[in-house]
Amino acid sequence: MSALEALYQQLILDHAKARHGADLADTQESAGCRPGQGRSHQLNPVCGDEITLQLNLNGGTVDGIHWHGDGCAISMASASVLTDLAQGLEPDALRALIAHFRDVMRSRGRVEADEELLGDAAALSGVSKYPARVKCAMLSWVAAEDALSQALAG
Amino acid sequence: MSVLPGHTGLKPVSALTHAEVLRVRNDFPILGQTVNGKPLVYLDSGATSQKPTTVLDAEQEFYEQRNAAVHRGAHSLAVDATDAFEAARATVARFVGVEEDELVWTANATAALNLLAYAFSNASVGDSDTGAGRFALGPGDEVLVTEMEHHANLVPWQELCRRTGAALRYIPVDDDGDLRLEEADRLITGRTRILAFTHVSNVLGVINPVETLVAMARRAGALVVLDACQSAPHLPLGLKALDVDFAVFSGHKMLGPTGIGALYGRRELLNAMPPFLTGGSMITTVTMERAQYLPAPQRFEAGTQPVSQAVAFGSAVNYLQETGMERIHQWEAALGQRLVCGLASIDGIRILGPAAGRARAGLVAFDVQGVHAHDVGQYLDDRGIAVRVGHHCAQPLHRRLGLTASTRASTYLYTTADEVDIFLEAVGKVRGYFGVSRGSGS
Repeated sequence: MSALEALYQQLILDHAKARHGADLADTQESAGCRPGQGRSHQLNPVCGDEITLQLNLNGGTVDGIHWHGDGCAISMASASVLTDLAQGLEPDALRALIAHFRDVMRSRGRVEADEELLGDAAALSGVSKYPARVKCAMLSWVAAEDALSQALAG
Repeated sequence: MSVLPGHTGLKPVSALTHAEVLRVRNDFPILGQTVNGKPLVYLDSGATSQKPTTVLDAEQEFYEQRNAAVHRGAHSLAVDATDAFEAARATVARFVGVEEDELVWTANATAALNLLAYAFSNASVGDSDTGAGRFALGPGDEVLVTEMEHHANLVPWQELCRRTGAALRYIPVDDDGDLRLEEADRLITGRTRILAFTHVSNVLGVINPVETLVAMARRAGALVVLDACQSAPHLPLGLKALDVDFAVFSGHKMLGPTGIGALYGRRELLNAMPPFLTGGSMITTVTMERAQYLPAPQRFEAGTQPVSQAVAFGSAVNYLQETGMERIHQWEAALGQRLVCGLASIDGIRILGPAAGRARAGLVAFDVQGVHAHDVGQYLDDRGIAVRVGHHCAQPLHRRLGLTASTRASTYLYTTADEVDIFLEAVGKVRGYFGVSRGSGS
């Protein structure tokens, strides 16, 4: 598998099209968040990619991630994968997931993905060899981290 | 042959030949390398150009044989260094058709535009320098830019307006990326103090009608600032003939090193304008209370200057001049047409700016429907092709065109037609690679 094929695996291209969770109306203001809900807007100023992500907590676990965004295949696939993975997780488990994903992304290919933990997100490991693209993959994960803190604070 | 306003040499000359371009390439060591196992196809000269050996040698030679502080010290090396520094200034000034005391060294074009904006700002807070009042801005005054500006020719003016209470206006572009001149005519009024616009758009490749805009500004008594970043490297430029008041350009986009650029200003304006950065080397008399300033260009060159970079910039300009600016311009214009015609024949490509057959510089930005520019760039990089992706420091223009990002291929005197063809062939495969079906939109 070439480096490019490792970057754009079929699973990634499929997620980039399917965009699980990309159903947040872009008119919603963050002021409208209720307790147990958090919303974060993240922007990559280098390329203009952006995402607004809302995370809902219910009974102590994640009960739905909804987002809208515009960006490259990597950033859109990453948000889609995260939406699936985060469902039903407790806050600590989601934090651990994000921490491991960040470690893998920043490792320049040196940290191997724990496939059991990362599931489909392990398919994004190839991104770590392209430092210019790590921000694309991280965009929604940073938004989820921020939204989670807000949901817990609210 | 196209004759552009401000051309200095109007003798009919032909474009560079393929054989000449191949010879030129031998002067650029970096172009010989492979990237991801493929020969490098460098199509990002609009962002920064590559450097010929003569320029690299000029900088090294300066440090090996002439390095000393300039404009201070009486020893022989200091004289040598000062001579080299000032000879470079004269070379670059001649290259753009101005006098050497009208050319101020800056770090780059962004620094030159900020110098201007802060000089206006200083005049606006009551600087007592004689004659500085003509640069003072306040409520009721307007600064006019265009919708196609690089952030460097927009944000400094936004900040100047914020500080002074002046209003920022802009000339809109139409769907083809041309300035709406009827709007320009309406917007340029007695309130307009500054008209700042780009000569050649770094995204659209469109060459703006400088003479028409200058005439409108003259009628209104506004000062004209020209962003020549994408014109000075690529076409014969006569800033005096264009009758602009100020102009800026960067050395690194025209075969020179980073860290050196220039501000041109009409002599009487520069000498009346308050300085921006103050300190050593720009003063005549200093007491514990205040200082008096040298005339331009030293007035705007406080502190130790980028001397070796200036010397190398002079060498870069000599290289361009020896190759011939009109011939370079024509070669790039042909490459620009080859790019735009080739892209137009590929399904799902939207070209930004002038369509095939219309005048444009040797660059093309485009949108691949259904594939984000980042992914386009990654695919091309895998084949050794270097292009720019993103908003190219022109977010408002992209927003106007309904995009957040685009892909840009930009050529220079060392770009071959074969490289353009390699690029076109690769672009033709992008939508298939990303599984975007024929005709589906983004």
